[in-house]
Amino acid sequence: MNPVLARARMVGTRAGHAAILVFFVTFLAFPFYWMLLTTFKTTQDLHSTTNNPYLFNDPPTLHHLRVLFNDTQFLQWLLNTGFVGAAVVIITLVLAVPAGYALARMTGAWAQTLGIGIFLTYLVPPTILFIPFARIIAVLGLQDSLWSLVLVYPSFTVPFCTWLLMGFFKAIPRDLEDAALIDGLSRFGAFVKVVMPISLAGMLTAVIFAFTLVTQEFVYGVTFITSSSSYTVSVGVPTFLVRGDVYFWGSMMGACLIASVPIAIIYNFFVDRFVVGFTVGAVK
Amino acid sequence: MATVEARNLTKLFDQVHAVDGINLLAQEGEFLVLLGPSGCGKTTLMRLIAGLERPTKGDIAIDGKVVTDLPPRARNIAMVFQSYALYPHLTVERNISFPLRAVGMPKGQIREKVEWAAQMFGIERFLDRKPRQLSGGERQRVALARAVVREPVVFLLDEPLSNLDAKLRNSARDELKQFQRSLGTTTIYVTHDQAEAMGLGDRIAVLNQGKVIQIGTPQEIYGSPMDTFVATFIGSPPMNLIEDGGTWLGFRPEALLPKEVEPDGDNMNFRLRITRIEYLGADRLVYGVIEGRTPEAHVISKIPTNIRTELAAGQGYDFVLRKQDIQRFDRHSSLRLNGGAT
Amino acid sequence: MIDTYTTAPNRAEAGLLARFADNERWLSRVMLAPAILYIVLLVGFPFLLSLFYSLSSVTVASREIHFVGLENFRRIVESGTFWLSLKNTILITVISQFFVIVFANILAMALLVDFRVKWFVRFLVLLPWVAPISLGSIGWLWIFDSIYSIINWTVRVIGLFGPNFWPIWLGQPDLAIASIIIVNVWRIVPLATVIVLAGLTSIPKDIHDAAAVDGAGFWRRHFQITAPLIMPITLVALLFGIIFTFTDLIVVFVLTRGGPYDQTQVIASWAYFTGIQGGDLAGGAAISLFLFPVLVAVAVLFLWFARRAEVT
Repeated sequence: MNPVLARARMVGTRAGHAAILVFFVTFLAFPFYWMLLTTFKTTQDLHSTTNNPYLFNDPPTLHHLRVLFNDTQFLQWLLNTGFVGAAVVIITLVLAVPAGYALARMTGAWAQTLGIGIFLTYLVPPTILFIPFARIIAVLGLQDSLWSLVLVYPSFTVPFCTWLLMGFFKAIPRDLEDAALIDGLSRFGAFVKVVMPISLAGMLTAVIFAFTLVTQEFVYGVTFITSSSSYTVSVGVPTFLVRGDVYFWGSMMGACLIASVPIAIIYNFFVDRFVVGFTVGAVK
Repeated sequence: MATVEARNLTKLFDQVHAVDGINLLAQEGEFLVLLGPSGCGKTTLMRLIAGLERPTKGDIAIDGKVVTDLPPRARNIAMVFQSYALYPHLTVERNISFPLRAVGMPKGQIREKVEWAAQMFGIERFLDRKPRQLSGGERQRVALARAVVREPVVFLLDEPLSNLDAKLRNSARDELKQFQRSLGTTTIYVTHDQAEAMGLGDRIAVLNQGKVIQIGTPQEIYGSPMDTFVATFIGSPPMNLIEDGGTWLGFRPEALLPKEVEPDGDNMNFRLRITRIEYLGADRLVYGVIEGRTPEAHVISKIPTNIRTELAAGQGYDFVLRKQDIQRFDRHSSLRLNGGAT
Repeated sequence: MIDTYTTAPNRAEAGLLARFADNERWLSRVMLAPAILYIVLLVGFPFLLSLFYSLSSVTVASREIHFVGLENFRRIVESGTFWLSLKNTILITVISQFFVIVFANILAMALLVDFRVKWFVRFLVLLPWVAPISLGSIGWLWIFDSIYSIINWTVRVIGLFGPNFWPIWLGQPDLAIASIIIVNVWRIVPLATVIVLAGLTSIPKDIHDAAAVDGAGFWRRHFQITAPLIMPITLVALLFGIIFTFTDLIVVFVLTRGGPYDQTQVIASWAYFTGIQGGDLAGGAAISLFLFPVLVAVAVLFLWFARRAEVT
């Protein structure tokens, strides 16, 4: 192939590559950029039909954020979400870590099937279960309490994390546990003193993904909780920040950013590990 | 120092006999090699001795006491794995002291023992490093130090040299044997490499399909193989086997020499038409066909370089075989027939 | 040395407990039981309850529950809204997942090579997946606003469709469905991309090298070698997407609340409005059970393909 053509091809591929990335990044990230602008533009600017919306026609303002933190219960919602997240993560770890390990080390064809079966319960959507749950929660007297969420959320975080952790534990060579057995530990001791320290990163990944599943959940939240002070962020922002026909866009967009970006940054660090744990689980 | 005994040991995985009724006794202080192709059961046997697997039938006894129901940590053994199995999150020092800490030994004693073990293998300067900072050879020494530090009565070594560079392997082999001699601990060593087995073992147990086919000194295994499997597994290149009468006629490549080397004596004579010659430095490997035989008998002759007979591919030459170097094996059972030559 | 064949002294365990700590069968059961118990109680039990409710007359307020057989189902099947919601659900799922798979494959290929700001690009690409679905949907609510839509403003300024281009995205049923599709594609592409990318990176480089040496050009290599190899894992991504979209309530809830006039209801949202807002738990349960067949089909396919999802 002649060198000019080859070079043109290479440039063309590079350009094509860049174009693809630009298209997707724009499609996927533009809403967040728009959220960013909206958070800091004055209400006048936002509601003007003549201004160029991509520019700050008035200087950027912190007004919406102030409203968000001072005049709404956003801070309370953040705390609620944090509390539920922490509690659910703890419950999830207590249940999923031993289960994931047991599945990873069990021999026999049905261990694999059991693992997949457990994972499949994660795919049972809240929209099938929320109706009976509405009544169960009422009967248990947990209506409108954050504890209802703490009780119910592990129903999807546990299957998901069990699968993830199963993958992480499978990736640890059995030799290490055998060596620990010979060196003087019991089977359980080997799990606690050798396997768990080594899989700390994997467990951290499971924690992060479990926490994210909690922050994203909406259906149970909107079904069980009715008083605004008990909302989680995911439920509070859409339902409360709308007074009649007036939408507090600036504050809402600010809330969305605050609830998404920090977690996304952390996510970015752990996505690779997540993929490993997720796909290793499928390896026999 | 202790004896290690497998009594009628059987292990089934699903329906497969990984270990099939093995009886074996390792003497005190001996270096016993378990040799065989992959899948022959040698690793399973070692894991049964270690207590990492439970037998389907049979018992393990260490120093005369039955330990079949005891977990690995109660058997006073140490094991070195093919992958070394060093704890990646611990320093070398903590790796070596791990078994001592696991039984609650006092700190002062631990220090002493770790230093002693590290000195034995020359790894004192690595004590603060993590395994990933060490080379393969260095990691192997750490694994050995960790095994030694508890002063167990049995060492189990699972192909510990196979992950080393070929060049390192010979010197590592030498050091390993010397260290075992100086400690005098009963050692069971698993390998698929027959040269390694011959070089290291006081005795070799050749395994195939879950059974011990033959156990003996390297000389016995090499010189008097019990069947064609052992005969062809040991030795590189493997023993030549050709059909003769109703039996297999077997002879080692180094036993087949040009006639001019041994013109007289009680010999069998062959005419060999050479197909190819490999020059290996210390030897020549001569590949050829023995004329006048059906089916075609392909054989290999191994001639040391100091025998300078001129040979060329495509030509025929006279070769001889001393009758005392001949072994015969039954065509059906593959077992050796006593009284070698005809 | 001879007396060391009793259990070695270990500070943490003693005697009886030590025997259990080694007993693998007992251990594996004990370690697995709590998780399985939790799942059975919190997934299995409510599900059975849902079946029961659908066959009863329970409402939010009822004290007693009467068995009514298939009455609820009959009511649903006779309601026009139900069929509309079923049609919407299927339409949205099929179209959005088609785009998700195509986009995810393209984007994953583009992310395969290393380039300078890749880390940042990946962060941007992950955002729609990480953001809580309700919050992302609110962002789109603002983007699709009838007066202040940034899309409309931009397209009109560029002049792509003429000066009178100003669709009321969430006001007209067709456009509203399109908006819901767009948002679903937007939120699922990152996850699908990550999964497909995992499949692509697990193809050993040797195979591409061999194909190149054999003379295969880029497109041939892609369609005859890469695509078949990542098929199982792409299918896994597709199955995920189908479940998440088919059973979704949130996007519809936030964007249109099922409107205008219930034209954009999907099964999940219709179940919510019937059961929780309307108080008719039995009806809501019956509606939501129509999600189940798809769930089972996906689960079976998932089991089949997850087994073959290893590339090598």
